[in-house]
Amino acid sequence: MSSPAVAVSLRGIAKRFPGVVANHDVSVDVQAGTVHALVGENGAGKSTLMKILYGVQKPDDGSITVDGEDVGFSSPTDAIARGIGMVFQHFQLADNLTVLENVVLGAEKLHGIGDKARAEIGRISTAYGFDLDPDELVETLGVGERQRVEILKVLYRGARIIILDEPTAVLVPQEVEALFANLRELKAEGHTLLFISHKLDEVLEIADEITVLRRGTTVDTVEPSAVTSHDLAELMVGAELPSPSTAESTVTDRVVLEVSDLRVQDSDGRPLLSDVSLTIRAGEVLGIAGVEGNGQTELVEAVLGMRPAVAGTVQLGGEDVTRWGTRQRRAAGVGYIPEDRQRHGLLLDAPLWENRILGHQTRPPAMNGHWINRSGARDDSDRIVSEYDVRTPGIDTTAGSLSGGNQQKFLVGREMSGEPRLLVAAHPTRGVDVGAQAAIWDQVREARRRGLAVLLVSADLDELIGLSDTIRVVLRGRLGDELDPRTVTPQQLGSAMTGAGDRSESAS
Amino acid sequence: MSLGRRVLFGAAAPALAFVVAAIVTSVVLLGSGDSPVEFWQVVLSVPDARQFVNIVNVSAILYLSGLAAAIGFRMNLFNIGVEGQYRVATFAGGFFAGQAFLPGYLNTAAAIVVAMAAGAAWAGIAAVLRVTRGVSEVISTIMLNAIALSLVAYLLREFGNREGQTIVTDQIQQSSWVPNFTLVPGEDTKVYGLVFLALVAGVAFAVLLSGTRFGFDLRATGQSESAAVASGVNVRRMVVYAMLLSGAVAGLIGMPELFGASHAFGSTIQTGIGFTGIAVALLGRNRPIGIAIGALVFAYLAQQSSPLGIEADISPEIIAVTQGVVVLSVVIAYEVIRRYQARLEQAQVAATLRRERAAGQEVSA
Repeated sequence: MSSPAVAVSLRGIAKRFPGVVANHDVSVDVQAGTVHALVGENGAGKSTLMKILYGVQKPDDGSITVDGEDVGFSSPTDAIARGIGMVFQHFQLADNLTVLENVVLGAEKLHGIGDKARAEIGRISTAYGFDLDPDELVETLGVGERQRVEILKVLYRGARIIILDEPTAVLVPQEVEALFANLRELKAEGHTLLFISHKLDEVLEIADEITVLRRGTTVDTVEPSAVTSHDLAELMVGAELPSPSTAESTVTDRVVLEVSDLRVQDSDGRPLLSDVSLTIRAGEVLGIAGVEGNGQTELVEAVLGMRPAVAGTVQLGGEDVTRWGTRQRRAAGVGYIPEDRQRHGLLLDAPLWENRILGHQTRPPAMNGHWINRSGARDDSDRIVSEYDVRTPGIDTTAGSLSGGNQQKFLVGREMSGEPRLLVAAHPTRGVDVGAQAAIWDQVREARRRGLAVLLVSADLDELIGLSDTIRVVLRGRLGDELDPRTVTPQQLGSAMTGAGDRSESAS
Repeated sequence: MSLGRRVLFGAAAPALAFVVAAIVTSVVLLGSGDSPVEFWQVVLSVPDARQFVNIVNVSAILYLSGLAAAIGFRMNLFNIGVEGQYRVATFAGGFFAGQAFLPGYLNTAAAIVVAMAAGAAWAGIAAVLRVTRGVSEVISTIMLNAIALSLVAYLLREFGNREGQTIVTDQIQQSSWVPNFTLVPGEDTKVYGLVFLALVAGVAFAVLLSGTRFGFDLRATGQSESAAVASGVNVRRMVVYAMLLSGAVAGLIGMPELFGASHAFGSTIQTGIGFTGIAVALLGRNRPIGIAIGALVFAYLAQQSSPLGIEADISPEIIAVTQGVVVLSVVIAYEVIRRYQARLEQAQVAATLRRERAAGQEVSA
């Protein structure tokens, strides 16, 4: 047998958005007829890279080669014509149509919409063990079946290279097994699969090769037989553990945030957070480590009052705020640096000085009771711009036209104003350059010295170890024991983050 | 960005839109064998005194309607039901005033409050459906328009008096009428006393929007709901408030004419004002001043087109084409300008950064 050919080769891919560099210097080779996994934290650039390969976005730099030929896609149609298909994490199906109708929708020219199409769908369905009835309504199908419809759709369009964007995120363990069986069938038939995930155990099980992305670039490509999930976790978050800051502890004994037995559910009643208890004192930074999607977002939202607690309490400075809304909590002195600053932290089309008001609608200097204090907001915006070194032509510039680092510096400056008691910071330096990162860390340290309590969620171990007084790992909605950043080892963190050693629990 | 530049950008879109509308209208006229030259001669002639007064009256009414729509639009809430709210409200106000529970202007003021409350209540139905059941306000308000039409017709039949071809509510006592005033000396057509409501509502809208927490929350929700939620806005509550406010302003639309001319609610109530208001709000980018200009333009075109049939033998309905194309092209033009502006601003930021970096290098070197 000849050595496998390269199906897809990405070389030196770069993609910049206003404010963020999503990808730079990304190089991946995908062998034909294999399952190639792309792993990385959220925001590491996996999705952007796949959108580039699928023609949704054009790269600013670099080349794409498919089956040895240079290609330039300007739309998914071009990608489909080259035999590339994509299965999105969020299904793109019409519930009130049948499987057949969903599959042929937009591809009517291939086999018509009648018996020929039905025959083709039947053929694909049997060939790969999909077990789908073409005439069944999609709304009656389960999640696993819907996903198979999505895969069928791309196969029907003649895809040989299939991108699966976090396909297991929506599946229960049995469905994951079924999906993997389907994927193995596809691979056996010579299809090439690109599998995006941050679930390391699954990746190790299904992939032939694994490429790790971190901060928008490819870190390494490894073979699953040669690595453990610890190794992968380390590659994802950064190779070596940094040494913690030597500064003296500023932790006091005054409790600022006390969360007790907190339970949060999704709309179907599945637990997102279970029995979470934590305490943060004035002058303390509590770092939450963990692989993305284990409940960090929910924890942050529950503390801010954006997600209701099913059980348990949240206390702020000794006061029970469990039933308080977000506004009331923020007015009580809670600063918030959101995970996704563009969606949750800024009004991109509004000038900077109006963004100064956002989240501070009840407090001076931006407000005077129910009235906007225009000059107060403008003066304080000027202060933030100079104190936090925000590079902008002025405070009338819209937030959306600033670079990511400068957006974040402004946001941090805003959330630090008015001497907050508690700062909830989710990935405060994600997507910002090194200089801005150092500046933001200094600001957090400085505020901590003044008695600020910080709940820090981060995927960056430099940040977690460098800033935190205490680290706790979140895994499947539960908080682990307290770890001391000065003595913690990579092994300890790795096994806590991946749940290695208690895999039996996940299978049950 | 400098003020001059901002004004230029603000004016560029409507100007562009009017040029496109003029071209399309001319093409339609040519296609149907009419003379565009005669058309523009009539439409662009200086309005006479009567037309001028009418333009003032109609624009005030359209302005109120545009404001009602804009309040919702500013937070991405599409109240298509201004028409129904206006109808229910005007009936309620007219009926209440006709009962003469109160003397003189007290009656007038109370009737206006009743009308606003009725409009708000009618809009409130859609708001409640949206926040409790997730029903799109677009669908519910459209349906409520149809229901309003039948409901008011039914109530009028029950409680109204037949006067010739029409049915009207009881006449409002003369002491509660709001006197009209003469704008152009010697002209019989007068301006409704209550056009000042438009002025008050416009100023209140401007202050509310750019000066208060409620206005900020409203705009923030419209720009980015996720960011608004994170900043502590209770979006469900905002939906209810904005809808109620929108309905209350819709309740004002019928007031100038009710107290200035008809003095009773009748089956001859003007139709379509609520829908025109949507177009006017779009034309004015939901800004207080913009809507005023939009209302003036629509009123001007409507008034200037009426003599078309007599003077140029062109059906006045052609003006609806002009109005429609203006709105359509203005929406497109705003988007084009907005994108251009955003790019320009990004370039400006980048240039500033480059300058700073170059300066920094010189220092270090």
